[in-house]
Amino acid sequence: MAKEVKERRKHQIMEAALKLFSKEGFFEVTMADLAKELGMSVGNLYNYFTSKEALAKELILYISKILGEEIRRINLLSISAKEKIYKIVDFYFHTAKERPELIEYFLRIYLAHREVFKHGCEGMICVGPFVTEIMIFFEEGVRSGELRDQDFFSAFGLFMGYLGGMVFLMGERMLPNEIEYYIEDIAQNIYRALKSEA
Amino acid sequence: MKPKILWLQGVTCNGNSHSFFNLPNFKTLYDQFEWLYHPILPSKLSLDELFDAKPEILVLEGGLKNGWQKGQEEVVALFLKLASRAKRVVAVGSCAVYGGVFREYEKSISGVLFQGEQKSRWYEALKAKTINIPGCPAHPEWIAFGLSAAQPHLDSYHRPKEIFAYTVHSGCSRNEYFEWKVDAEGFGTKEGCLYYKQGCQAPYTHGSCNKILWNEINSKTRAGTPCFGCTEPQFPKKELFKTKTYMGIPATMPLGVPKRAYLTLTGVAKSFRIERLTQRLIDES
Repeated sequence: MAKEVKERRKHQIMEAALKLFSKEGFFEVTMADLAKELGMSVGNLYNYFTSKEALAKELILYISKILGEEIRRINLLSISAKEKIYKIVDFYFHTAKERPELIEYFLRIYLAHREVFKHGCEGMICVGPFVTEIMIFFEEGVRSGELRDQDFFSAFGLFMGYLGGMVFLMGERMLPNEIEYYIEDIAQNIYRALKSEA
Repeated sequence: MKPKILWLQGVTCNGNSHSFFNLPNFKTLYDQFEWLYHPILPSKLSLDELFDAKPEILVLEGGLKNGWQKGQEEVVALFLKLASRAKRVVAVGSCAVYGGVFREYEKSISGVLFQGEQKSRWYEALKAKTINIPGCPAHPEWIAFGLSAAQPHLDSYHRPKEIFAYTVHSGCSRNEYFEWKVDAEGFGTKEGCLYYKQGCQAPYTHGSCNKILWNEINSKTRAGTPCFGCTEPQFPKKELFKTKTYMGIPATMPLGVPKRAYLTLTGVAKSFRIERLTQRLIDES
């Protein structure tokens, strides 16, 4: 029981940290600020995370798992790669709108402050659950003949760079329309760029 | 009384006979049997005298092709007649086991129990007495095991598990490179794994090539050549020196490894650069 309570509390801390870091910036928020937000003592907060860096690493893994699980669910559907692309774009943009802290943290903290993550989050380690599912999506699309065979990163950059760029523009309030407005066109653009020409 | 042995050839290149002759203790093994017939070794009978022979062990080397004659005999009829009398049939080499490379030329060519991955028309009649020793060629020690082993444990392709329960990957001297996903940059070097780009099928091919070495010193993968998967019914695949990939991911996973598990481990391993594994083992400059 005590373990469950502790896990629940840890989850609350991570959710609060995500929101604070995404809103205020990683270096602007101290562990004391976070403890205050949660109504707990700083000492107690350190019982859950030994440092702000340790918390930062757990957060990116946490986000990666949330995104990875949803893409895995899409991967397991018996639908075409074209339909999967639509579902992934739809999910990504809705997540960016409804839980902006997840994507914001990834774009503005994980990618922008690599020095924080260099020990313990080398390479793909902390984004593994998410990247693995994207790899499986591509692999199965090519295996079925629907997508064009190419280097993984050429395709990955096109797909995720595009989505990340749009969410960044949304965060900067530069999009004239709501993010959902773009789902259809962007899914189609991605499909056209990736599809097999045979 | 020595067991009577008869070595019959179907459609073959002689490769398994020549592999067998490389057995280090060949003479000792040879002397354990009464050789009724072998096309190359001194034998009691000639080819035209085989129809009435009564071997206890019948070895088949080469594929079975309907209507194909040797001397006065139609080989399939001769084989079936001898097999009906033998206590044990040993199919030696991938042609005798699955039809092998000759099936590329004519799909009707069959092995004793299998025609490619499918059961042959003789499967039911001969399954109880047949041991399969595939390979192109089969390793001399495997052949010796097939001739001598009384009751080996057989897998679903009737291969002795004592030899074929392992993958060729087991014991490969490149396993560190596989673990850390370091590619070989070419052929013939000691460094790098050949699975990612160079076509190596060792992680999903059954065989003991890296446990029981060839010529007692080496194996293909150790020497820097990919495993061609020659003990499997799908052999020979096309483009043997190239790994089929889908967006950079090998099309065939290591035996029994789910794709998600493989990709997860690969992602972690590739996140680190192990300096030692990027260098030549022996600096030849």
